Amino acid sequence: MSGVLPVALGSATKLIGLIMLSTKEYVAVAQLHEPVEEARLREVIKEFIGRIYQRPPLRSSVKRALRVKTVYEIELLEYEFPYALLRIKCEHGTYVRKLIHDIGLILGVGAHMRELRRIRTGPFKEDSTLVTMHELSEAVYLYRNENDDSALRKTILPAEYIVSHMRKVVVVDGAVSAISHGADLAIPGISMIHENIRRGERVAIFSLKGEIVAVGRALMSTEEVLERRKGIAVKTRRVIMKRGTYPRSWRRKQSK
Amino acid sequence: MSKEDVTREGVKFIRKLDEYGEVNDRFITLKEARTDPTYGKLPTQRSAEELLDLGVVNLDKPPGPTSHEVVAWLKNILGIEKAGHGGTLERP
Repeated sequence: MSGVLPVALGSATKLIGLIMLSTKEYVAVAQLHEPVEEARLREVIKEFIGRIYQRPPLRSSVKRALRVKTVYEIELLEYEFPYALLRIKCEHGTYVRKLIHDIGLILGVGAHMRELRRIRTGPFKEDSTLVTMHELSEAVYLYRNENDDSALRKTILPAEYIVSHMRKVVVVDGAVSAISHGADLAIPGISMIHENIRRGERVAIFSLKGEIVAVGRALMSTEEVLERRKGIAVKTRRVIMKRGTYPRSWRRKQSK
Repeated sequence: MSKEDVTREGVKFIRKLDEYGEVNDRFITLKEARTDPTYGKLPTQRSAEELLDLGVVNLDKPPGPTSHEVVAWLKNILGIEKAGHGGTLERP
């Protein structure tokens, strides 16, 4: 299997788990064991869009219990017997190999997966940001031996890209330090907020410089934040920014 | 850079992230604010060393090695202790 594999570096490793549960997109080559009409193939493929039952294959990393997975899209890109080239957009944890096997069963001729390439996971896709291991090692060579960091700085994206697909809250400087110490975000600390945030949604907290401060759970929808003047808007879950990056501006509670 | 410049660049970067992540929701401004350039740093100005601790590589994994092996290789050539991938991409 080849394709999009985002790798987080250093402290950014804490964020990469957020991608694991995101929607995936693949292109796959299916090999049919006997010829079928293209129209019939298209018809059967359509039946696999939506909620499907799947039992993980024998060699898998999860418990082999029947699971329900959602397939959002299947597109037949090319068909020349025995090969069918498919584009599949599905929920994380969907086994494409199994999906193709099951399509073969319904077709009544049998099929198996020949090749698989991931073209998307979360915000990461096959675009100009995608780099090969070769390009990366070349960039590292230039940096270490020629003292030229330009290639490496283009090859490594700022960690903020990992949360680029999430809705965001941008906070004022005065709120950054408290959040980096684990405090929740109160409404007065907000400078900008995305519309359409729902209560319970995972959101990314940014500084006005565009630095990721933390990831948290919205306790209020955007509408509720706009209606109220105070209260906790986001419960801080995972802090990324190092403490001490921004000056402390809050006061300790006065002890009586 | 002035406070205005840094704030403008910071917000521009956030909008660029939205575009990359295909977030089409608009921002609502609750409080007009500027950020102080004397602390923190624009993500676009991170040095290579800083990116090695707060960066991500959108890697095109070749078909041979496992995701785990690829991460081990990457840690080795970048000379870093910690790295992690976003969901295994194993042999078919």
